[in-house]
Amino acid sequence: MLTTKIFFRKTKGGNVFKTVREHYLRNDIHCGSKACEKCMCKTRNIILDDEDSSVKSSKITEPYYLLIDTNIILDQIDILEEDVICNVIIVQTVLEEVKHRSSMVYKRLKNIITNPQRKFYVFVNEHHKETYIERNPGESTNDRNDRAIRVATKWYNAHLHLDDNKIKTVLLTDDARNRELAEKEEIPAISMEDYILSLENSAFLADKLCKKNYSAVCEGPEFFPCHLTPSELHDGIKTGKLQQGTFQASKENFLEGFVNVDGVEKSIFIQGRSSLNRAVDGDTVAVELLPEDQWSSPSDIVLQDEEETDVDNVLEVKKVIDKFDPSNKMQKTQTGKVVGIIRRNWRQYCGILQTSNIETNVRHIFVPAERKIPKIRIETRQYTVLCKQRIIVAIDSWPRNSRYPLGHFVRALGEIGNKTTENEVILLEHDIPHSRFSDAVLSSLPKMPWNVTDVDLAQREDLRHLDICSVDPPGCTDIDDALHCRDLPNDFHLLHHVITDLLSSNLCSLLEKVERLTFSCIWEMDKDANIINTKFCKSIICSRAAMTYDEAQLKIDDATQQDPLVKSLRNLNNLAKKLKKKRLDNGALVLASPEIRFQVDCETHDPIEVEAKKLRETNSMVEEFMLLANISVAKKIVEEFPEYAVLRRHPEPPPANFEPLIKAAKNQGFTMNVNSGKELAASLDECHKENNPYFNIMLRILATRCMMQAVYFISGMLQPNDYYHYGLACPIYTHFTSPIRRYADVMVHRLLAVCIGADATYPDLLDKKKNHALCQNMNYRHRMAQYAARASVALNTHLFFREKIQDEEGYILFVRKNALQILVLKYGLEGTLYLNKDKNSDVTFTYNAENHSQTCGNTVFRTFDPVTVQISLNRSNVQHEKLIFKLVKPFIPGFSVPAANAQSCRITVEEGTKETAKRKMETEKQQSNNAKGGGNKKRQKKRKH
Amino acid sequence: MIEAENIEDQNGLRPDGRRALELRQIRVKMGVFGQADGSAYIEQGNTKILVTVYGPHQPRGSTGRSTSNITKGIVNCQYSMAVFSLSSGERKRKPRGDRKSQERSLQLKHAMEAIIHLEIYPRSQIDIYVEALQVDGSEYCASVNAATLALIDAGIPIKNYAIGCTVTLINNPSLEDEDNTLGKGVLDANYVEECTPGVTLSVVSLPNNDSTSKDGLIVVAQGAGQRLHLSQFESLKARVLCGCQDIRTILDYAVREYLTEQSLPSLFHVALN
Ligand SMILES: [Zn+2]
Repeated sequence: MLTTKIFFRKTKGGNVFKTVREHYLRNDIHCGSKACEKCMCKTRNIILDDEDSSVKSSKITEPYYLLIDTNIILDQIDILEEDVICNVIIVQTVLEEVKHRSSMVYKRLKNIITNPQRKFYVFVNEHHKETYIERNPGESTNDRNDRAIRVATKWYNAHLHLDDNKIKTVLLTDDARNRELAEKEEIPAISMEDYILSLENSAFLADKLCKKNYSAVCEGPEFFPCHLTPSELHDGIKTGKLQQGTFQASKENFLEGFVNVDGVEKSIFIQGRSSLNRAVDGDTVAVELLPEDQWSSPSDIVLQDEEETDVDNVLEVKKVIDKFDPSNKMQKTQTGKVVGIIRRNWRQYCGILQTSNIETNVRHIFVPAERKIPKIRIETRQYTVLCKQRIIVAIDSWPRNSRYPLGHFVRALGEIGNKTTENEVILLEHDIPHSRFSDAVLSSLPKMPWNVTDVDLAQREDLRHLDICSVDPPGCTDIDDALHCRDLPNDFHLLHHVITDLLSSNLCSLLEKVERLTFSCIWEMDKDANIINTKFCKSIICSRAAMTYDEAQLKIDDATQQDPLVKSLRNLNNLAKKLKKKRLDNGALVLASPEIRFQVDCETHDPIEVEAKKLRETNSMVEEFMLLANISVAKKIVEEFPEYAVLRRHPEPPPANFEPLIKAAKNQGFTMNVNSGKELAASLDECHKENNPYFNIMLRILATRCMMQAVYFISGMLQPNDYYHYGLACPIYTHFTSPIRRYADVMVHRLLAVCIGADATYPDLLDKKKNHALCQNMNYRHRMAQYAARASVALNTHLFFREKIQDEEGYILFVRKNALQILVLKYGLEGTLYLNKDKNSDVTFTYNAENHSQTCGNTVFRTFDPVTVQISLNRSNVQHEKLIFKLVKPFIPGFSVPAANAQSCRITVEEGTKETAKRKMETEKQQSNNAKGGGNKKRQKKRKH
Repeated sequence: MIEAENIEDQNGLRPDGRRALELRQIRVKMGVFGQADGSAYIEQGNTKILVTVYGPHQPRGSTGRSTSNITKGIVNCQYSMAVFSLSSGERKRKPRGDRKSQERSLQLKHAMEAIIHLEIYPRSQIDIYVEALQVDGSEYCASVNAATLALIDAGIPIKNYAIGCTVTLINNPSLEDEDNTLGKGVLDANYVEECTPGVTLSVVSLPNNDSTSKDGLIVVAQGAGQRLHLSQFESLKARVLCGCQDIRTILDYAVREYLTEQSLPSLFHVALN
């Protein structure tokens, strides 16, 4: 059967086109029930149970299936993810609505559907002869879809009305109107809340109910002005009366924020509860500018929402806003108010429950870890358990009469302060997926034991006869590259192998004396390391040795060793030196950042990198060939796919970025030339101070701060000039050498394989738009991973400083108006030493903006000056523990604190023996963790480009 | 251009509700145009093609004079698309003479030369005019089918049906499809499917007479879109030949009906499968 869909489409130019599409209706679509005897064509996709296996409900007495409406999926996805809910029918109409409304929820729903245990059946009602409906004249798309869902439910009830096995299909919807219409047509329908509460042991599910629809009852005073309707917003934006932008809440003051309007440099300031009007950080909002006489400026007071009790009191709100004294506004900035929300950017938030006096109360206040997010009101019946835990909460709605948004409990992470819990928080808050791989993914892994097959031999170049070896840091478990070099009559023949094709740390690692599948990059070079020829191939290798940098270095240096492996290493090393020289001559930068250079050993917390400055030649040998492989591959894939190649670029920083560096150097009597990477590299090389061995390093740290972020991109999106990699000083670059730990490398591998005809493409591989989106995602993930790494270092540092007060030597990295930024080299730790904080103290510091110095009496603080600081941990706020830096040396009477020894003694005395034993245990635990995490060390130390 | 839509989520069904190997509804009408020596109108879904055949007649114009080959007849093809033909609703700037139309004309000529007994028409010319009235994917293949029918209507002896069919590799073989069949290529793509990133192979074959063997001689094959790896070719070929065979059965049925009725041209509804 055939019907035709006709619809009208408007283009950007405003032209209206009529589009005609065919729409086939079928009679061979299965209902998905095992009990069914009517549907003819059997497929393996019949998953709905025939016996009564759905969870017992007091409201539905017969065996039943649930057919769910779009609103249930969009709002109640947290409950749907519970295993209790099964035997569910999702009609195509609903699936498509979900897809258009929220890609995030859609993804989660797809995950449920693909899990066969959950028994979620997708019924393609739109192509079924008996369930397809045309839109009636005058009927809105929404109404039509609601009707289609009801028609499908009705059809199921009639269809599964068998003699011996009657199965009821119940429409689950929170749309009261749809439910009403369904009841009129004698279709069984129920709301989510009614359904959940009718189940046995429903308490934990009830906590997860979305609070969206229950706010309709308006009680109490309204705190916020109305939001404008979508059409009013649309018109307002069109006429320019309103502006659309992204709302950014202030971290310091919960009653302030900014709206960044696209393409406009100056953001709009928002102040006060009613102007903020329920905007949450990240939301896309519509703002209206206030008349200029009502403009304001960010207050310099820090204001946290510390209200302990939950009093919805208008007076209280007024009081807080009145605190902004209008007289002390120096610079007024354009100020506006939020009049409507265009798109919410709500996600799930980590946090804790606010302490409540009435434990039996169901309503509680949730305090998110992220300061920019308002507190959330939730209902839970498990307060006594949850109050000691880190939990996750989702926002459902924010009605006008509620001071806080309404949300629901999603799940608990674990005990507050526990290392595992806090790690989980870091992962979640940085949006890092860390659930286990799905069975579908795991099932595609190769079966063990694994062997090279004849097919592999036929398709790959056999390089097992070559004396290949790998060189890595000690204890490395994921060896992802190996090298080899041999003399040709005239030239060298060089190989760089990168593991490919197989997952899991064993198969992906180029272990010693084991055959592995690899992707090889083969260069022919002359004695001066000029490339004569480059070739890529899939290959099979057998590494002769997996060496550490030290072992390889010893072999190279030991003149008595003359076996082929050593000769190969020596040649490689010589060529690498030449390559490196060329690179540095070109202006490649050698920068430092505390994260990299001052790695802290987790066990002893001793810095392991500070003295590791004498890097062995072999380190840079591996690095050079890695860079060369990446560059060669980048050239190849761009040549073959000018539009779709995945590349990595590092934009040149705008000159203004270098200002702090130039000033800092100038104060020390050095000139920084930043016109080009090359000149910068040369300037950095010249900066040395006799009395400060770390001066050069710190300068390089500052230089790193001036840099832009390197990013992945698709070649077709930019002009070739913009491919430039500033840090490496090369015109083109990509990531090829670490497919085990970076997705970009996997994409590059696939592209390269297509280039050389080794693999088939798949449509998405050469889809510019999709690749662009992938690159955006990789950049986002990369950024979040960096933030998470920093947060993780902070967490570990905090754990270390618990119940400890310690004096450490440090250097001033920046001098600020009211503080000194201190770098503690031993831990690679940065912290702020606040000055003039105590208003009652008669010790005052004078800031000199000209030469960036702070003066107090005879003591002057300048950038790079050494200081001794006392570090301790402030744990007063459970969610925001922070390190406190206090000055010890130089000694300023009335400001500096005495050295820590005396104090720490006192603490040891106070602590009982029990406490010490516990700590000892913890240390041991850390050690064992550390042993397990040995493989990760390489990851952290890997060269970053 | 229509934005490439996501093709998935329909439990193994394509966006318009077909399964991978199902063709669109084919409607055929022969002898629609009295003035021509032969004519045929075909609808494959929303792709609608009218073909007229004139000849054989004495060579006219430059084609006739310049050719040295006088032992065989000459086939002259002209492919044009009506300006209103695009299913996206946009207007085409000019009906013929652009590169795409010229290419199509040439390929159509190859296909037709393969089936006409040209040796019995020395010093003659056969003109085939193709007018694509509405375009919704696979239009080149549909015009081959229509041209074959028009030749039959004109009474020009042919060796075999020349049948065109497309096969499109639309997406990753997804794990969720019922029998993983969409991932291996779909037949007779419509415009939306042709626009998704992937490869479309347009194949013209001369299917064997007995419909049991899914084999046939490929006379024209043309790819569009991304590059195709050799390893994928065989399975695509098998699928497309299968499609050609099906179309042949439908057309053959239509021709026999038409020839037996003879009286007045009628519209045939040949249902799917
Ligand atoms: Zn059935």
